[in-house]
Amino acid sequence: MEDFITRKALIIGGGVAGIQAALDIADAGYEVILVERTPSIGGHVLQYSEVFPTLDCPQCIMTPKMVEAGQHANIRLLTYSEVESVSGKIGNFTVRIRRKASYVDWDKCNGCGLCQLKCATTAPSEFERWLPFGRRKAIYIPFGQAVPNKPVIDRDACRYFTKGKCQLCQLVCPVKAIDFEQRDTFTEVNVGAIIVATGFELYAKESISEIAEDPDVLDGIQFERILCPSGPTDGEVVRPSDGKVPKEVAFLSCVGSRDPEHGVPYCSRVCCMYLAKQAMLYKHAVPDGQAYIFYMDTRSTGKGYEEFIQRAVEEDGVLYLRGRVSKVFRDGDKLKVWGADTLSGKRVELSCDLVVLGMAMVPDPAGKDLMRILGVDTDIYGFIAEAHPKLRPLESSVPGIYVAGTAQGPKDIPDSVAQGSGAASKALTLFSRKEPVLEKR
Amino acid sequence: MDLSYYPGCTLKTIAKGLEDSAIASMNALGIRLVELERWNCCGTVYSLAEDDLAHHLAPVRNLIRVKEQGGDRVGTLCSFCYHTLKRANLLVRNDGEKRKTLNDFMEEEIDYNGEVEVVHLLEVLRDEVGWDAIAGKVKVPLHGLKVAPYYGCTLLRPQEVAIDQVERPTIMQKLMEAIGAEAVDFPYATECCGSFQTVGNPDFITQRAWEILSSAMRRGAEAIVLTCPLCHFNLSQRQPELAQKYSDFHGMPVFYFTQLLAISLGIGPEVCHFELSSGEPLSLLKSKKLVS
Repeated sequence: MEDFITRKALIIGGGVAGIQAALDIADAGYEVILVERTPSIGGHVLQYSEVFPTLDCPQCIMTPKMVEAGQHANIRLLTYSEVESVSGKIGNFTVRIRRKASYVDWDKCNGCGLCQLKCATTAPSEFERWLPFGRRKAIYIPFGQAVPNKPVIDRDACRYFTKGKCQLCQLVCPVKAIDFEQRDTFTEVNVGAIIVATGFELYAKESISEIAEDPDVLDGIQFERILCPSGPTDGEVVRPSDGKVPKEVAFLSCVGSRDPEHGVPYCSRVCCMYLAKQAMLYKHAVPDGQAYIFYMDTRSTGKGYEEFIQRAVEEDGVLYLRGRVSKVFRDGDKLKVWGADTLSGKRVELSCDLVVLGMAMVPDPAGKDLMRILGVDTDIYGFIAEAHPKLRPLESSVPGIYVAGTAQGPKDIPDSVAQGSGAASKALTLFSRKEPVLEKR
Repeated sequence: MDLSYYPGCTLKTIAKGLEDSAIASMNALGIRLVELERWNCCGTVYSLAEDDLAHHLAPVRNLIRVKEQGGDRVGTLCSFCYHTLKRANLLVRNDGEKRKTLNDFMEEEIDYNGEVEVVHLLEVLRDEVGWDAIAGKVKVPLHGLKVAPYYGCTLLRPQEVAIDQVERPTIMQKLMEAIGAEAVDFPYATECCGSFQTVGNPDFITQRAWEILSSAMRRGAEAIVLTCPLCHFNLSQRQPELAQKYSDFHGMPVFYFTQLLAISLGIGPEVCHFELSSGEPLSLLKSKKLVS
């Protein structure tokens, strides 16, 4: 019988779900092409401080997986790359991939970092979530544990590209890897299966117009960076406006989530947990501080999650206020928070130093065009629609294209990893056949 | 251009300055406000009770007057009048059953099906005159006057009657900038003044007035500008008590938007009836050399 299957997989998105899928398929002996839009794999997980409910360090649990993905004989890593077009069908897709110009010859570069040390131009760092601390250089490796450990040049910030002179990085590079003439290149691959793991973004806090501009109103990932021991403040909890240690911090749940009027109607599933965790970590860093969490109801449905919430309340003295916040505004040195405590039936006014918004999870907007290119169906929010919402949760509407992680809907790390492995096994099932069999059930 | 105009009760009494300055200013901007004939009370408060249709008769009757007199649009000045007329109109438009009951009850009137459009004068200034055109007609730019626009509730809530963005309105800020004043943004701009609690619970109003005025003061405002006679009453009439209670409070003038518009258009302060306001608005304008 003739063999109709190309036994290679393309994985789009190098976050925790995509990396898991890549490792599983590669370990099974098949070739994997892992495409990542940003300069390094790792995804959002690497930005977090410590992760619930075990409070282990994501840098410690993620970097081994990243390094393995980077060095695996069966994995071809294409970072700083995007899928341009896809043709073909299950078993035989042809995919054209744009490799964006980094202006650094990654084959020559040995990752010494001298270029970013000497570069004189700074810009807000995407990895540090545009916080005023920890700005990056115009030529930069996004973070310390990046895989690959190679820099890219940000054209919009680079002095040579914007003003026509500088080229300091070229001067100092010991292996002459800087190439200002570099152009985008294209590569074409044939694969039998595609796994989409393009992840999430947070609903923009700017959409909550009255408080967006204030430097001390942060979204969840920004506060993760401030809590992170290896973050831009070396784990010292300080607020962006004046660098002071915040003594009272309000955490607001469901900002944009479960709010059809101002945001999205769905629950983002992880905010209850990460806000409890952030309040807990904040208390560990600032023991004399007070953390308040405004909530609608706590949704702690994972293993060990409810116990974790109780621990935040009982051991760390986090104060939970059941009610929503109507307004946050600046009052001199403080941020006034107006809300309701519906358990006591009273209005609440807090004077806080810092406000953290548990913003809704939405699909990464960068993936919007990709869904069109792939031809996969999405729901009205842009999350990938499964072939069947209960019985075929790993498959998209296109046979041979599978889905993993938050591209399919809000979920936490364990669920993303499980779905990554699940999608990998779907691809492996396909690879075990002689010809594609379309599932009917 | 003529605009059919519904004044409401307070504009004939304590808010005379709002009415006269509006008529004079709009004249200067090329719009003649034509007072609706045989108007009655707007109903004051929009009743939220599901079966309380009797409360909607008053506003709907006014809309019938507009239709009867050949108009398809009515302008309002007072926030309460705007609110009740606008909302009652939406009720008539959107609820066929209640529309029928109301029409049946008022059998002496012509049938009304929501044909009239209710607008607030601020909307007319924004959408029909335009900020640039207003700026072009300004004779006395209010340079150096720091004024905090205060919206209160009924111009903005609920969403379906809002004349501007509900959470962060800018319509009065734009007007103030067009006439040369400096608009001061403050967090209490859309908070309630306490409304009719002023009748039974004046201490509560004093507290509200203090929160609102002191917040505007901390942001550097020298005066408040607003649209509503009740907000005006609550924010200005409690000031003597505030001055007694807080030694650092020396009064804060409260203007209607049309008063500042009239001054900037070079119309004499007589139409503003500042004698009806407390907080010495005229002294502030004189100190800025905006009136002689």
